[in-house]
Parts: sequence; structure tokens; C-alpha cells
Amino acid sequence: MATITMTVNGSEVSAEAEGRTLLSQYLREGLGMTGTHVGCDTSQCGACVVHVNGQAVKSCTMFAAEAAGAEVTTVEGMANADGSLGVIQQAFQDHHGLQCGFCTPGMVMSAAALLKDNPKPTEAEIRDYLEGNICRCTGYQNIVRAIMAASGQEVPGAIAAE
Amino acid sequence: MHNFDFVSPSTVEEAAAALQGDEAQALGGGQTLIPTMKQRLAAPTTLVSLTGIAGMSGVSSDGGALTIGGATTHATVADQAGAYPALAALAGGIGDPAVRNRGTIGGSLANNDPSACYPSAVLGSGATVVTNTREIAADDFFDGMFTTALDEGEIITAVRFPVPQAASYQKFLQPASRFALTGVFVAQYADGVRVAVTGASEGGVFRWSEAEAALSADFSAGALDGLSVSADGMIGDLHGTPEYRAHLIKVLTKRAVSAAA
Amino acid sequence: MPKDSGIGASSKRREDVRFLTGNGNYTDDININGQTYAHFIRSDVAHGTINSINTAAAEAMDGVIKVFTAADFAAAGGIPCGWQITDRDGNAMQEPKHPILAEGKVRHVGDPIAVVVAETLEAARDAAEAVEIDIDELPAVIDMKAALDDGATKVHDDLTSNLCFDWGFVEENREAVDAAFAEAAHVTSLDLVNNRLVANPMEPRVAIGDYNRSDDEYTLYTTSQNPHVIRLLMGAFVLSIPEHKLRVVAPDVGGGFGSKIYHYAEEAFCTFAAKVLNRPVKWTSTRAEAFVSDAHGRDHVTKIELALDADNKFTAIRTETYANMGAYLSTFAPAIPTWLHGTLMAGNYTTPLIYVNVKAVFTNTVPVDAYRGAGRPEATFQLERVIDKAARELGVDPAELRRQNFIKPDQFPYATPVAVEYDTGDYDATLDKVLELGDYNGFAARAAESAANGKLRGIGLANYIEACGIAPSNLVGQLGARAGLYESAKVRVNATGSISVFTGSHSHGQGHETTFAQVVADMIGLPEDQIDIVHGDTSKVPMGMGTYGSRSLAVGGSAMVRATEKIINKAKKIAAHLMEAAEDDIELKDGQFSVAGTDKSVAWGDVTLAAYVPHNYPLEDIEPGLEETAFYDPANFTYPSGSYLCEVEVDPDTGTVDVVAFTAADDFGNVINPMIVEGQVQGGLAQGIGQALRESAVYDDNGQLLSGSFMDYAMPRADDLPNLVVDHSSCTPCTHNPLGVKGCGEAGAIGSPPAVVNAVLDALNRAGHKVDHIDMPVSPARVWAAMNS
Repeated sequence: MATITMTVNGSEVSAEAEGRTLLSQYLREGLGMTGTHVGCDTSQCGACVVHVNGQAVKSCTMFAAEAAGAEVTTVEGMANADGSLGVIQQAFQDHHGLQCGFCTPGMVMSAAALLKDNPKPTEAEIRDYLEGNICRCTGYQNIVRAIMAASGQEVPGAIAAE
Repeated sequence: MHNFDFVSPSTVEEAAAALQGDEAQALGGGQTLIPTMKQRLAAPTTLVSLTGIAGMSGVSSDGGALTIGGATTHATVADQAGAYPALAALAGGIGDPAVRNRGTIGGSLANNDPSACYPSAVLGSGATVVTNTREIAADDFFDGMFTTALDEGEIITAVRFPVPQAASYQKFLQPASRFALTGVFVAQYADGVRVAVTGASEGGVFRWSEAEAALSADFSAGALDGLSVSADGMIGDLHGTPEYRAHLIKVLTKRAVSAAA
Repeated sequence: MPKDSGIGASSKRREDVRFLTGNGNYTDDININGQTYAHFIRSDVAHGTINSINTAAAEAMDGVIKVFTAADFAAAGGIPCGWQITDRDGNAMQEPKHPILAEGKVRHVGDPIAVVVAETLEAARDAAEAVEIDIDELPAVIDMKAALDDGATKVHDDLTSNLCFDWGFVEENREAVDAAFAEAAHVTSLDLVNNRLVANPMEPRVAIGDYNRSDDEYTLYTTSQNPHVIRLLMGAFVLSIPEHKLRVVAPDVGGGFGSKIYHYAEEAFCTFAAKVLNRPVKWTSTRAEAFVSDAHGRDHVTKIELALDADNKFTAIRTETYANMGAYLSTFAPAIPTWLHGTLMAGNYTTPLIYVNVKAVFTNTVPVDAYRGAGRPEATFQLERVIDKAARELGVDPAELRRQNFIKPDQFPYATPVAVEYDTGDYDATLDKVLELGDYNGFAARAAESAANGKLRGIGLANYIEACGIAPSNLVGQLGARAGLYESAKVRVNATGSISVFTGSHSHGQGHETTFAQVVADMIGLPEDQIDIVHGDTSKVPMGMGTYGSRSLAVGGSAMVRATEKIINKAKKIAAHLMEAAEDDIELKDGQFSVAGTDKSVAWGDVTLAAYVPHNYPLEDIEPGLEETAFYDPANFTYPSGSYLCEVEVDPDTGTVDVVAFTAADDFGNVINPMIVEGQVQGGLAQGIGQALRESAVYDDNGQLLSGSFMDYAMPRADDLPNLVVDHSSCTPCTHNPLGVKGCGEAGAIGSPPAVVNAVLDALNRAGHKVDHIDMPVSPARVWAAMNS
């Protein structure tokens, strides 16, 4: 066991970890931050996506030791300072971009990474970017709509919530 | 997975020394190795991370060649290999964005998955694999599925690609893994055309020499009309028969030529 | 003008806030002080005899608490099956024991043999490698027809064969059906496979057992769609724990799609081991485990024949289906290919004579049970494929052949020859709507455009009828169900007027916390945020049957309406007393009680306060308090229906199929929250399109699951799907439930596979390829092979 320190959502944190401790385990078990989910073992589903030094990564396919000293952002860090939903989170609620909510943390983090690089993505670019995030509930359509809305673009054909 | 010691050397020399230990293994981006370790199919006792080594990451262009550090991520290659657009496009199509932010060219080549994209670019470009001890020509590097010319503990420090006149990579997705069910890399150089095929053969990445000869004489899709690939030795699985993969090779080669020309 | 709250409003989902901020409470997010970790050692062979299990070395390892084997469960019962089928000869199905841990034999890859419980999960996994298990491998029984051959290896030595049952429906119609075929002007016949699927909710299953010595109470936290059913099955049949000593909690659950209905061995194990060890025991499935331990779905092999007269009217349908049960009978397995499949074989049509034969077969594969749609997709696929083939053979428009045979609006209620009575429907309306929205008549121009781009374009249509809210209990009991199929609701009005609704339905993505609140808010005239929906905990909620089969609103919602009606009736008595008026004159609107024809009124909160502070109160007539419970047992199924239209482009060089347009026109009766309904349909369509083109659980001859991870089981991704056009403007309300609702959760998965496959075959046949059928998944390799055969 070694103590690994990193910055998560702006706060410096430390927890014990073995060499084999994955970043997702470090967050969920070491820090008790259960917003990041694990949905597969083959780095396919993307429920575990977080940002490490500003880049989207699959936290189940990275050792905690590799993130030592890094700046990590998780879904828990995506709300506004006053606790209200951030722009992407709000768009997911407004456009029914989630059902069971399990893939949602990864979807939100992938969406944030996309919009950082590409502030006005097309629908095709959004679908392409979400290749590594599997959702079983929504058929993706409302996730795509939510990301369009979060980027300030018109959302065609959507039933937005009231 | 089994536990191990994690070491993060800052120089190639330190990494090479660390890899001399029993059951030590190099860790690139870990995008294949970590899932394999979760299945307990790999159980190194020491894992030597290569991503913190200065000078092993980045893309540089020099006199008609593009050199990519062994620990360079797919995302960086996609972003910075503009001098070799077909290579940048290939890197930008590996896995998904989060995988591309971690996976490295050195890791991919050392693993030599028969369905990985990079081996076709390296073989199709006649690139040179640079290690901490030597330089290995692409034609000598790949040695069948998951096997390469690398010695135990040898580290890929860089890959040097001669930039072709024209090139294209055409990938036909395996629908689940998003690896190449079949992928074809075509590159046209002054001294001839190279065609490398991934995903299709039980022997791993290979060159389609008949197509190379035909395209060297006439770099057009039509030049391939009379050719066909034998299904012998092709992979057959739930996603496609050997015959289907053999067929795809020709279709994708034609498409690559059309896209490159 | 859309409403902004209550019934019919697209209210934002309240549950989203916790899910979007990382504050959901999924089972794996729960950790109990002193918790231990269980790791299941599972068979890596499909069939074998266990000679010995040596746990000594593992138990000596650091951190290991105990290694359990079947010997530890000698006093426990097997995992029960909840539905008994009676075969054509009147005999009960063959029902093998399904032990918690393998007893003497392993019967599928993934069958649990032993469990290591340790202080950490990694310690448990490390120790699992030290458990020595000696197994003699036996031949695996994989192919269903071969499994029924004389002399075939038996999955269960104590059964007479691998045939679970041979079911005929309606057996009395058999000869008449045969006669109709003998007289038919045209017979179309089709052999097809309904591919085996894995539900794959994104949250893998989790179970945590906890035991309290001081009061001898057990708690199971589990990823379940129906915690009460788990409590009943596990308590009464497996572990002999009385229900009042067993609490089952299903907190936030990350999708189910059927696979989390069933009682699984891991739940019983963790509950049992928690008492043995006097410590909480947690098990979290990996995805790899999920593939070999979650019940699979579908897996039917069918021959269907359709008889038509000279006017192209359907005169009879005859089917023979082999249905895979897997190695053991999962909770509802026998009901799926029988009552949830045979009763739907009339579809939307007036076919007068139908005979369905189903042979259910044991194989050395993971148990098969309901997956989104459950029997109804299998029925719909056969019917809509054979009709399409008939239209091609007869040279008639597939839409018109269907329309010609529709049950017409004036024929409802309509009794089918397969024992159900459709209450309402208007199939022409959804067909008209889908043809209009999908621009059926403009197809030729789009096909020409595709052709110019070197692509083959095809269009495919399918109609579906669904039977939701399976009921009533006395009928399903006659059909073999070992449970009732009602639902419960308790409505608790607090003194200050806010309301807690305790529902036996369970939300695992459906948004009940929002929609159920909309209904109660609408009935009373309160803001939605005054109503809280509580579900998923047997210690809080009255006995309920949970969520599956698109039943929540139709059955659970109806129970809630009934309980709320009782509340309103009682509140009116109180209001009448407070206003010194006759009870019959009291009206409730917008949260205000008033006396008809006067300006007298009293607010909701005044009445609720009076109920709990009964100083001025009709104590002689009614009790204080305002809390009511209702159990609702429906009179009939509900029958949602719809028409789906799919357009594909086929790449003739590679066989790749792109779904370029998909239009769904559904009739769900009344709709509470259009936004949520649209999302349910979109999700169902994605799963149906996934089944049609990508997904397949494939075993090799040795019983190894070749598609045992997301590396080989092709889940639909965002870039695999088009924009889905979804319409639910057609509305024939259900006649027998108070909300007039029908259910929308499974429709998309039921209607879409045949629409997709029909479109692919249309594309190929238009291009001159004489291809009658391609089995799902219609992969590029299969399309290419069909074009080149």
C-alpha cells in the first residue's frame, strides 16, 4: 500500500492504494466518491469516464498511481458553485438525456470533453465522439439533443421538458 | 488482478533496468494491458510505466520522415501528425476519444494485436521501429499474432515513418470491439506502393504483394480488378468468415486507393 | 396547448438531479460497516461432473474468511421457478432443481461452484485461484434440436429427457388449422431464428446481505426490478426466512430490461452467508460474470406458415417453435415462449385459426428468460416476417396486405383465436400515420438517390400488438403463474398536506418518481413537488409485484389512482364537516374544496391538518388520519399497438446495413408524460435495431460463450443509430383501467426487428437478389453471403 495524492474537483485528496488499484476504485472506494461508475471490464462502456489533467480518460483503465499528482475532475465536480446543475447537466435534464442514470456520469464527462475541444459540434460529430460511451436506455437520441442544447445550438424535433 | 509494484522511471535507461527484473512488464497507455490483467491473463510482478519518460512523447517532422515517440498517445498523433494525414486519420480512429487519450503507439505495436490499426500503418509505410537498443525495419518487426521481434525488456522509443506521396487507411469496424474486422493501409512512395492488411489474417498484419505490384504499375482502383485474396489463413469468427474477410481486403484496398489518389 | 404540469405534461424528471450530480444511490454505492466481499468461482466448462473441491489452501490465505460450496447449502431449497406450464398431454413441465451452488454437476459456463468470502475483493479473487476443483467434462448439449434426439446427453440426469414441455395452443384448434391449410389458395412458410440476446443493463448486478443478530432480521440490498418478489421467492422457497424477518431493498437500479426480475443465486448466497459469518457480505458482478450469469433472452427457432385465401385474406397460422430454457428454469422462463408468445400470434389481424406449438428445451447454456418484450417480440417477428414474404410472393404491397387483414376499429372488443380479447385499437390510424410521417409514397425518389451513390435502399414495415400489464391474477393462476399480478399503492397524506406515495412498482430508469407524482398532483390539484414517490423497499411499501411487462402505470398507476380516490373521498367528508355542507356537494379543484353553488371553500392543507388534529372532526363517522392503501388487479391485459417503418441503405460491396430512417407510430392510449414516453420508445427501438443488426449471444459447440464481453457482443452505439421519429398521437384509451393507459416500455423492442429485416430484404430484392430471409443479426457478413449465394 502507498498513499496516493491527487487533486479531485479542486481539492487535494489522499488515499491508500495498491499498485493494482484502478483510478475508478481509488475514487469510489478510497474517496467514497461513487458518482463515477464501472459498467464493464474491457474499457468499452465509458461509465467511468473522468478527466485527468483536462483529458477524458476511462478511469477503470488507468491505475491510481498513474494519476498521482494530477488534476482529476469527476461528475461530482460538474455542478455550478452554488450547487445548481451545470450547463451540460441541466441540458441532460431538460432533454431527457438519461433514464436509469448509470451511464450518465461518463456521458456528462465525455460531453464536457467534446465541448471543450469543439464548442459547436454537429450531430454527427457528437455521435462519433460518444463511440466509447454505451447507453442501454435512451437510444442516444436525447443525449445527442442534450449536448446540442448545452452547446447553445438549436435542437431539432425535440420535446423539451417544461 | 494480481498485485504488482508500480514504477515510474524518468529515463529510458531506468526503464530498461527496471524491465530486467523477473516478470517485469512495460506499461504504455494500458488500454489493452489493463483489461488483460483484469482477466488475470497477464500477471506482471512489476509494471514499468513509460509515459513519464521525457523525450518519448511527441511528433517531429524531418526531411520527409515523421518521427513519433513511443509513448505518444493516439490523440496526439491524430492532432500533430498533419505531415502524414493518413497516419493522423488512422490514429484518430483508434478506439474512442478516452482510449486515444491514453493508448500509445509503442504499446500498440509491442502488443501487435492482429486487429489493431497501427501495425498496418507501420508495415504499409515501411517504417522503422526504434528501440532502446536498435532499429528494426517494419518488415522484420511483426512476427504473427501478438508476437514481435522485440526482445524481453526492449522498449520502443520511437517510430520513424517515411512520408508517402499518397496514402489512405480504410478500416471496416468489428461492430462490438470497434477494432478492425479488416483494415487496409495503402501508401504510395516514389519507389513503389505498399499495401498492409490488418484484422484479417491468422498470421497478423501482412503485405498484399500482388496488389502492391499492380498498384506500383498503375495506382488506380481498377488496377486491382483482376486480383483476389485467398481465404486460406484468414480469420473466421462470429463477425465474419474467412471468405468475407478476404473479400473485404480487396474492397478496402480499392477504397484506399481511390481515397489516396 | 401542452400542459405545464400534471397528466399530459412533459415534466422534468426529478430523479435526474441526483443522477447528474453523482448522488445516485445504486447498490454498489452502498457499503456497510464490517462488510466482506464474495467472489464466485464459476464453471469454465459447459457440462461436467464435479469430482472434488478442495478449499483448504484458499481458506488458509490472508484475509480469507470462508469458502462456501454446495455442502453449506444442504438445508436450503433450490431457486424456484414462478410459472408452471402444462404440456399437450396435460402433464406438468419437467422442473429440475436449480441449486444455489452446483451440486455434483455443472451445467453451463458460469454455473457457480464455490464462493470465497474475504476481507477484500482482491483477497477473495486471489484465494479463488487456490481453490482446487476437479471436474470431468461431459459432452455439452447446445443445439436445441439435437438435444431432443434419442440418446442425447441429458442436462439433468433425473429428468426423462431435455424436453421441458411440449405445449400446444390452442390444442383444440389443431385439426381445424390443418384443414384450413389444406384448403388455402396460398401458403407462405418461413424458417427463422430469434437470436439469443443479453439484456446488458449498464449497471451489473449487485447483492449485499446483512444480518442483525439482535432481532434475527435479514436485509438484502439488490439490483432488482421487484424486491417483494425476491423476498417471497427467496424467503419462502430458498432460505426459509419468514417475510417479516426479511427486508429486501432495491435502491437506484441502473436498468433492468427484464434481466433483474429474477431471483438469482447470488442474492440467496449473500443473505445466507451474512448470517453464517455474522457480517455483511457484498457481491458485485463484473461484466464478464454478467454475460454468463444474468438470464439471457429470446433464443427461439421457429417454422411459421401462413395460409391465405384467393382474396389474400389470412385464413390460418401454424407455428412450431423450439425455445431454449438454458440449463435451469429461471423465474418466469416457461411463461415467455408460451403465454407471452402464443397469445400474441394473432397480431393486428383477423386470422381466424391459429395453432402454436412450442417445445421448450434444456441445454448447457445460461438460463433464458424475459428480455424487453419477452415472447411478444418473438411472435411479432415471425408474423411480420411471414406477411412480408407472402406479399412478395403474391406481388402485393406489404402495407396493403396488412391493412386488408387488420382488425377494424368497429370490431373491438375483439376476441382472437388465441384466447385474448383486445379492448381497443385503431391499426389503420397508426399505419396511416407511419406511412405519412415516413413518406412511404416518396420512397422511389430516395431509392434513386441512394442508387446514384452506389447504395441499395429498402423500406420495411411492421405492425405490432403488445399485451401489457399481464392480468388478472385469477386467470394467470389458471395459466400456471405461481404469483398474483396485481399492484399495490399506499398514499400517505401528511398533516401539512404533502403526500408520500408508496408504490409496489419499481423504477429503474422509467421515471416513476416524476410520472406517478404527476398523476396524484393532477387528481388533487397540488404542485407536483408536494408529492413524493417511494419505492423499492419492502419495509416501506405494501406487497407489490414490481416492474416488468410495461405494467407500471397500467397496474401500479391504477392502484395509486384507487388509493388517491379513497383519500379524496375521505377528505371530502372532512371538508363537508368543516364547511357544514353535504358531502355530495363538495368539489375538489386546484387543491381547494368548495361547496357547489356557494363561495364557501377550504384549502387542502386545512382538511389534511384537521385529519391529524381532529378537534373539529366527524369522529363519529370516520377515523382521524389520511392514509389509504389500494391493491389493483386488472380485468384484462392492455393492448398497445403501432406501426413502424424502417429505411435502410445496403452497401453492395460489403453488405453493411445503415438504418437511414426509422419512424414509429404508436397507440399507447392516454399518455402521462410525453417526453418520457418518447424516451422509452427511443430506447426500445435502439434495442430492437440492435437485435436486428448487431447483437447476438453465440455459443460454440462446446458451450463456450463466444460473445462474452462488449468486445464481441455488439451493443448499439450512438453512431449506429439514426434520428428516430416517434409519434404517439394515435390514442384509443384502455377501457378497463382508470387512467386509460396501455404501457410503452417494450413497444420499440417488439416492433422494430421485423421492420429492419423487412427493409434489408426489400433492398436486396429490389436489386434483383432473390433472398427470402436472413437471420438476425443481419450482419454485413450475412448480407454479403446472401447476395453472393
